[in-house]
Amino acid sequence: MEYFFQNVLNALQWGSFYALIALGYTLVYGVLSLINFAHGDIFMVGAYVAYFAATMFLGEVGLGPGVTLALIVPLTMLATACVGVALERIAYRPLRRKGAHRLYVVITALMCGLILENGNLALLGASRKSFPELVPTTVYAFAGLSVTNLKLAVIATAVAAFAVLHFIVTKTKIGLAMRGIAWDSFAIPLMGVPPDRIIVFTFILGSGMAGLAGVMFAMAYPVLEPYMGALIGWKAFIAAVIGGIGDIRGAFLGGFLLAFLEIGVAAVFPSTMRDLIAFSVLLVFMWQRPTGVFGVARNQKI
Amino acid sequence: MFKRGVLLLLTLAGCLGLLLAAGCSQEPETIKIGFNVELTGDIPKVGESAKFTAEMIREEINAQGGLEVGGKKYPLEFIYLDNESKPESAVNATLKLVEQDGVMAMIGPNSSKCAVPAGGVCNERQTPMISPWSTNVDTTKGRPWVFRAAFLDSFQAPVAANFAAKQFNAKTTAVLFDISNDFSKAMADTFKQVWEAKMGPGTVLAFESHGAKEQDFSAQLTKIIAAKPDFFFLPDLYNHVALVVKQARHLGYAGPFMGPDSWASAELMALCGKDCVGQFFSTHYAAAGAQGATKDFIDRYKAKYGYVPDDVAALNWDATHIMLQAIQNVGKIDPDLSAQRKAVRDALANIKQFDGITGKMRFDAEGDPIKCAVVVRIAEDGQFIFTESVCPE
Repeated sequence: MEYFFQNVLNALQWGSFYALIALGYTLVYGVLSLINFAHGDIFMVGAYVAYFAATMFLGEVGLGPGVTLALIVPLTMLATACVGVALERIAYRPLRRKGAHRLYVVITALMCGLILENGNLALLGASRKSFPELVPTTVYAFAGLSVTNLKLAVIATAVAAFAVLHFIVTKTKIGLAMRGIAWDSFAIPLMGVPPDRIIVFTFILGSGMAGLAGVMFAMAYPVLEPYMGALIGWKAFIAAVIGGIGDIRGAFLGGFLLAFLEIGVAAVFPSTMRDLIAFSVLLVFMWQRPTGVFGVARNQKI
Repeated sequence: MFKRGVLLLLTLAGCLGLLLAAGCSQEPETIKIGFNVELTGDIPKVGESAKFTAEMIREEINAQGGLEVGGKKYPLEFIYLDNESKPESAVNATLKLVEQDGVMAMIGPNSSKCAVPAGGVCNERQTPMISPWSTNVDTTKGRPWVFRAAFLDSFQAPVAANFAAKQFNAKTTAVLFDISNDFSKAMADTFKQVWEAKMGPGTVLAFESHGAKEQDFSAQLTKIIAAKPDFFFLPDLYNHVALVVKQARHLGYAGPFMGPDSWASAELMALCGKDCVGQFFSTHYAAAGAQGATKDFIDRYKAKYGYVPDDVAALNWDATHIMLQAIQNVGKIDPDLSAQRKAVRDALANIKQFDGITGKMRFDAEGDPIKCAVVVRIAEDGQFIFTESVCPE
């Protein structure tokens, strides 16, 4: 029983990262029908920005760890939002203006991801960075379970981020505009909604979430490397698809679903089979429901 | 028009012929040695150590006018190629060094997952190669052209097992390894065999694996911790070690860890910090408290690059010097590259004993050194303190 609950806690922490990153994928996809494959690398940029900001505040400026943490979270989110907007301006918008097919935009996104990865490799070198410990980790042990304050904070952050995003998308005017563009990007400008501004806002939100995930990740797994965003980005994308891409609830749920599956498989079967079994199960699920948990099949409009 | 084309072709062919003839008959001015190193990828610090060490050797010898072979001095030319610590890139780098750059011999790759395939290429293309750091049996097995400077896993695993049994008074253990890494997997398998032969079947309570790019090991660790082993054997690369040790502590594991030589990077403590203090691993040399030539090397390396060299640096120093020794033993530089390579290989095979800074080594028929291993403890200040030395009988 302890073993079971311990793994539930493990899955909740790991799922939080998937969920946070999947939220960014799903927002951009929902509004633009664009799979932003550079998203995992924006997450990596977030972790690095947090690293440099944290070492600077701790070292040169001489702030305390608590203040540093309070400063680096908004700073990182701001920086990654800028990266997201820059990508949109430089790579995606010109293609959209030219009316390029979605396939080319996806390829462009892949390229942007590679540029971010290899730019980091060229600028900072391949050597690993060690993220400083900002909050002293306390291990709470109760009823045979071990949980750290960091783990609880990660889970709480993911839930809070989901709540905020859900509120923005469903309850605010700008959220209404986002849903409007998602519904029909040709008719919505006629209603007086500036599509470019909404799209930029979407990128700010999505990339900000990636930045938040980057900070939390760097604190939980404090070894940073240029390719850290690649695999987790791919898996978070899968999570978003499982949940039903384009739906915020789907991304959140899909993230946790994937983590529970991965950790569950590793806990029961030999860990060598982890990804094999986990993704076979997902494949079977996709056969039955290709649009994911919350997705709705959308027919081509004539 | 047609005539002019023919003329042009003929001229080109003539030029090419001249070039080829010139290339063949002229005696090489330098000694070219290729380095197949892990400058990027999983273990960049390993590549850095290897390159820094080689540069130290090159500068030192070239400052004296070059390496003296048969009464004449030849400057050294070292070519470094990055293998990204990927098997396929290691093979490509080897092919480029052997075929295009025309190196006399190759040092590296360091990690086993690269050294095993690269060794196959070198053996096939008849180019002598020394891997400084690879401990996997397959690197040199059945390959007369491939040598190494490190001891083997089959020697290292019993060293670790015996030490842990004695030090921690352990009866049971658990293992976590990287399934995508030749070294890690082979080491885990060998260790399991050795431990079960020593303590009886079923004493390896958990035998778990993970992938190369994974960062969360909580499921595997929960399994391992639930099995309550006396100690935790972790044959993983240093970047993973830092994550695994931290996560295991967070999940409530309080017992000791033990690792093989893959822990021994100068970067381990930068990544792992206080969580790794007090743990043990087996390795090739201990920098703290070294004497003689070893101390001399450590001091010069530290003065030049600003940190204490790790075992990769020390082994690269030895590997490069063994190779240079072999070239000197040949006694001449043959203009014919393949003849020269053959002569260097024979000279390498004839070196029966070498006094390196990682200790005295004898070579067996397979090209593997027979040398001592040390077990070190990670001290508070991050130094690797010599605890025990184990020599083969």
